[in-house]
Amino acid sequence: MGESPASVPVHTVDSDILIVGGGFAGCGAAFEARYWGRDLKIVVAEKAAIERSGAVAQGLSAINCYMGMRWNENQPEDFVRYVRNDLMGLSREDLVYDIARHVDSTVHMFEEWGLPIFTDPQTGRYVREGRWQVMIHGESYKPIIAEATRKAASEVYERIMVTHLLPDASDPKRVAGAVGVNVRDGSFYVFRAKAVIVCAAGASHIYRPRSAGEGSGRTWYPPWATGSAYALLIQMGAEMTQMENRLVVTRFKDGYGPVGAWFLLLKAVASNSAGESYETSRLPELRERVGAYADAKPMPTCLRNHLMLQEILAGRGPILLHTERVLNTPEKEAIGWEDFLNMTIGQAVTWASQGIEPKNEPSELILSEPYVMGSHAVCAGAWASGPGDVAPSEYQWGYNRMTTITGLFGAGDTIGGSAHKFSSGSYSEGRLAGKAAVAFVRDHPDRPTVTDAQVQSIRTTVYAPLELGSQRSVVTAGTVNPQVLQPDHALNRLEKIMDEYGGGVSANYTTNRALLERGLHHLAALKEDLPHLIARDLHQLQRAWELQHRVWTAEAVLRHTLFREETRWPGYYYRADFPHVDDERWKCFVNSVYDPATGNWRLFTRPYQPLF
Amino acid sequence: MPTYVLTDKCKGCMECVKICPSDIMHIDAGQGRAYNIEPSMCWECYACVKACPEAAIEVRGYADFAPLGHLVMPTRTTDRIDWKIRMRSGEIKEFTFPIRTTPWGSIRAPQDSPEPAAETVSSELLAYEPDYLAVEALPTLPKKAAGS
Ligand SMILES: Cc1cc2nc3c(=O)[nH]c(=O)nc-3n(C[C@H](O)[C@H](O)[C@H](O)COP(=O)(O)OP(=O)(O)OC[C@H]3O[C@@H](n4cnc5c(N)ncnc54)[C@H](O)[C@@H]3O)c2cc1C
Ligand code: SF4
Ligand code: SF4
Repeated sequence: MGESPASVPVHTVDSDILIVGGGFAGCGAAFEARYWGRDLKIVVAEKAAIERSGAVAQGLSAINCYMGMRWNENQPEDFVRYVRNDLMGLSREDLVYDIARHVDSTVHMFEEWGLPIFTDPQTGRYVREGRWQVMIHGESYKPIIAEATRKAASEVYERIMVTHLLPDASDPKRVAGAVGVNVRDGSFYVFRAKAVIVCAAGASHIYRPRSAGEGSGRTWYPPWATGSAYALLIQMGAEMTQMENRLVVTRFKDGYGPVGAWFLLLKAVASNSAGESYETSRLPELRERVGAYADAKPMPTCLRNHLMLQEILAGRGPILLHTERVLNTPEKEAIGWEDFLNMTIGQAVTWASQGIEPKNEPSELILSEPYVMGSHAVCAGAWASGPGDVAPSEYQWGYNRMTTITGLFGAGDTIGGSAHKFSSGSYSEGRLAGKAAVAFVRDHPDRPTVTDAQVQSIRTTVYAPLELGSQRSVVTAGTVNPQVLQPDHALNRLEKIMDEYGGGVSANYTTNRALLERGLHHLAALKEDLPHLIARDLHQLQRAWELQHRVWTAEAVLRHTLFREETRWPGYYYRADFPHVDDERWKCFVNSVYDPATGNWRLFTRPYQPLF
Repeated sequence: MPTYVLTDKCKGCMECVKICPSDIMHIDAGQGRAYNIEPSMCWECYACVKACPEAAIEVRGYADFAPLGHLVMPTRTTDRIDWKIRMRSGEIKEFTFPIRTTPWGSIRAPQDSPEPAAETVSSELLAYEPDYLAVEALPTLPKKAAGS
């Protein structure tokens, strides 16, 4: 691309509803928006190809959120209690309840579409992996979901890296669309829409991964989850919540294969290197730290991490999962391997390469580097309006899943405060947002304004790294240049800052006020250097914008972590200067708003309201 | 590498370029064949491996923790996937799993069902509900007053 930014072709796409990101939430939004808005133009802008985009690119082995109301297995209230407990008391229970009461219809639809769900031939019920999970042959989960999206959407634009949302020219608190780069032909896309639903995923590579070199691709959340969901919203001035609530997962070492099926379905147990189970013996220490939460059943995800971490720090690793005790039939062996071949093939590669026979020997477990997301056992994301019939009035200001920006909706990893959505819940939340966006568009038929000046200015910004890349270099060959920053260099710097100051792996997830302030100081310097980001081709231009999105996400994480003066989720992170759970001061949400006009952040709390 | 492409098999058809979620399968301008331009951003997700009509793409586990001598390869058809695993010891394991129970393309589009009445857009029900919930009605709760 030798062209200058001023000469790139510009495509303007007008729609009623724009969906940014065609992952699970985005696909749900497209489906539902079409059901209610037959005459509307519904457009999806996606940076990859929807058949294999997002966290479900390789498939999944389980649907992790299903009530089974028809068999009276669980009611939505049971799920709210579970999530409340797992998140150490803090959830937007109206949002959690809303997902729980709709998720069964989503799963039944998936089954009708052809997703193979394990069913017990005797009872006709789905086979449970655990209380909330059902087992699937999910290799084609994403292509199946994508098929429905292709039929529902008016247009799906792929290989569009969405870089910014567009505010209405006359009202900065109203969204008017989004812009992005087509990374195949370099053209610039201006999407103008009456409502925008952001479904652009959580973030990996905010913290330095455990693996190095080419192995840094083996993060648990995919390398293409770059925090766009958060960065796009933050820069518009949307209110965010729980950005400090980042996720650390217990996984098989190196390959990061999930442990859910092993613990829940196959009933494997973990021990320290001496073969001792360590959870019970560590309970007294845990009670001292977190009080009654230590005895919550089931034990919250973060606390199980905490107990494992303490055992490792005490020098009693490696922690071993005893697969060899449970793979006692060929059927179980096939289930064990399928669990990975359907969703974390890299784990099967790891076993094959390291010569590990899970039916003969145990496998090592480890705690991952932290991730920022809102659909797993964590709830970072945007502060959103809840469902009209159940949300307390503080949590309700109009349309379901609308953020604090008019016309701007979100779902899946984008929306904060409601954990444990997983694939089915993210899709269901996409459906809720899709329907609400149709209602919004009916009530607001006028198109917001986008001026030429807005488009010109943002286009210059978006192509700046490429412009820099086309200039004559002052140095000879190689990657070292004192004047510019490559996207991978900037990523390394970000990961190092977050790892060492923000409580990553090398710091044993521990930080404090002074460290966080130093971290913010280094991050500010990185932000100052970002205008020197260089891209030599369109692929690097995508990487440059992904990096920018990660930096915004990281800044929110540091600021939130600094503001919350307690350790609410030991095992996810530790504020060494406030090592305990402090319900008196901190049983509330930490929220933030970035003001795009002044560049200032404001942090504050919002009350927690139990639903019942 | 994690993915690598076998020179003699690749036809330069671009299927892997179209599907890779990480945008790292590109065609080498000189050779006209695909290669992984950024192995450190490869998730070993196998989307490209499954999409390649020539079975030209394989995966070698990440250099920083995977010893050599292994291979994990799928063959995906319309309704099943067959996996062949070569362990470092040379032992071969094979597994087959179903992937879909209905024909590709058979999903009923949302616009192919009767259009809902305009006023129902403000109800709490989603498409096909309450039928697809398989319970009588969508659950709800009494709304709590502010601050209570
Ligand atoms: C290894 C692993 C195992 C899991 N196991 C399970 C399980 O067993 N069961 C279960 O139910 N759930 C599981 N999950 C969780 C589930 O996958 C997620 O909760 C869900 O996919 C989140 O949906 P989402 O739409 O928010 O994000 P995604 O599905 O990741 O979709 C985000 C989309 O946005 C696109 N995008 C991102 N940025 C941009 C941008 N700037 N411009 C344009 N497009 C963009 C992406 O390409 C992607 O298509 C697992 C996840 C992982 C990674
Ligand atoms: S899909 Fe296979 S044959 Fe086609 S370009 Fe890629 S590697 Fe080559
Ligand atoms: S395995 Fe996945 S991430 Fe790696 S090159 Fe293939 S499609 Fe891309």
